[in-house]
Amino acid sequence: MRFLRVPLQYALALVALAAALFWLPASVRAAAATPTDDEVNAVASQLYCPVCENVPLDVCGTQACSQWRAIIRQKLQAGWSASQIHAFFAEQYGTRVLASPPFAGASVLFWLVPLALLAAGTVLLVRTLRKPATAATGAAGPVSEAHAARMERELDDWR
Amino acid sequence: MTGAEAPLLAATPAGLARRWQLLAWLLLLALLAVVGAKLVQVSRGSATSGAAPLFTLASFDGTQHTLQAYRGKIVVVNFWASWCAPCAAEAADLEQTWQAYRERGVVFLGVDYVDTEPEARAFIELWQQTYPNGPDRGTVIAQAFRIRGVPETYIIDQRGQLQAPIIGPTNRAQLSAVLDRLLAQP
Repeated sequence: MRFLRVPLQYALALVALAAALFWLPASVRAAAATPTDDEVNAVASQLYCPVCENVPLDVCGTQACSQWRAIIRQKLQAGWSASQIHAFFAEQYGTRVLASPPFAGASVLFWLVPLALLAAGTVLLVRTLRKPATAATGAAGPVSEAHAARMERELDDWR
Repeated sequence: MTGAEAPLLAATPAGLARRWQLLAWLLLLALLAVVGAKLVQVSRGSATSGAAPLFTLASFDGTQHTLQAYRGKIVVVNFWASWCAPCAAEAADLEQTWQAYRERGVVFLGVDYVDTEPEARAFIELWQQTYPNGPDRGTVIAQAFRIRGVPETYIIDQRGQLQAPIIGPTNRAQLSAVLDRLLAQP
C-alpha cells in the first residue's frame, strides 16, 4: 500500500487547493480582476482634477489626471473601496480634491448654510403667503368709531 | 380694553420678532465675513515678501527637512510635478545650480506638488536630481506659499526672508543672479 500514499497525498492537496479557491473571499477574487474603465471612472467622478479648476477627474485629459486614474485602478485592483480611495486622495492632496466636502471642520458650513437658508426661505415664504389672507379678513366690512379707536389704542400699546 | 375682550391685534411680542431679526442679521453677517475672508485669502496671490512660511518636508528618502533647521543658509524651494512640462525644462538647470552652490551654504529643496510617487521618482531619476525632493502631502506647503501652479521657485535668504518668487520655469542664470546677490550680503 506504500505506493498509494504519494498519489493520495497529491490528491488531498489538490482537493484542498480547489476548496480554498472555491471559498476564497469575494474581495480577494475581485482584487485579482482588472477593474473596468467604468469602475475607475465611477470613483474618479467624485474627485476633481488637481491642475484644472472645476474639472472632474473622470473627464479630465491632463497627464496628472491620467496618473491619478491609474492609481485608482491599482487601488481598486487591490480591493480598496471607493470611500477608502477618496480618503487616500484627500490625505495625499488635501480635501479640496473631493467633489463633496467632508462633514468636518470648517467644511461643515458647506452643508449647513444651504440647509439653514432653505429653512429660513421656507419660513419666510409661508409667512408671506399667510399675510394677505389675514389682511383680507381684517379689511372686510365697515369699521365703527369705537372699533377704530380701540384699534388705535392697541396699536399704540403694541408700538 | 376690558378684560373680557380678546385683543384685536395678534399677540405678537415685538421683542421676540426683533430678536429673530437680529439673529438673522447676525447669521447673514457671519456668512458674509466667512465668504469675505475666503475671497481675501484667494486673492492674495503668491507669498512674495516677509518671513517665509515654516514647513517640514519629508523627502522621498525619508529624511525630514525643516526650514527652521536651515536658518543662516539660503534655501531654494522649488515646486514641481512630474506631469509638468516646464518643470522638466528647468530640472537640469536646478541640479546644475545646486551643484555649483551647495558648498557655499545654499540648500535646495524640491517640493513635489499633487503628483504620484512612481512618476515623481522616475522624474528625479531621469533628471538626476541629487538635492532633497519630497511630496507635499495634503498640499500643505503649497498652500502656505499660496502657489498658483508649477513650476514656482522661492528663494529664502539667510534671515528666513522671502525674496521675489520666480513664477514659471527658471534657469541657472536667473538663480545665480539672486544667489550671488544674497551671498554677497554681509
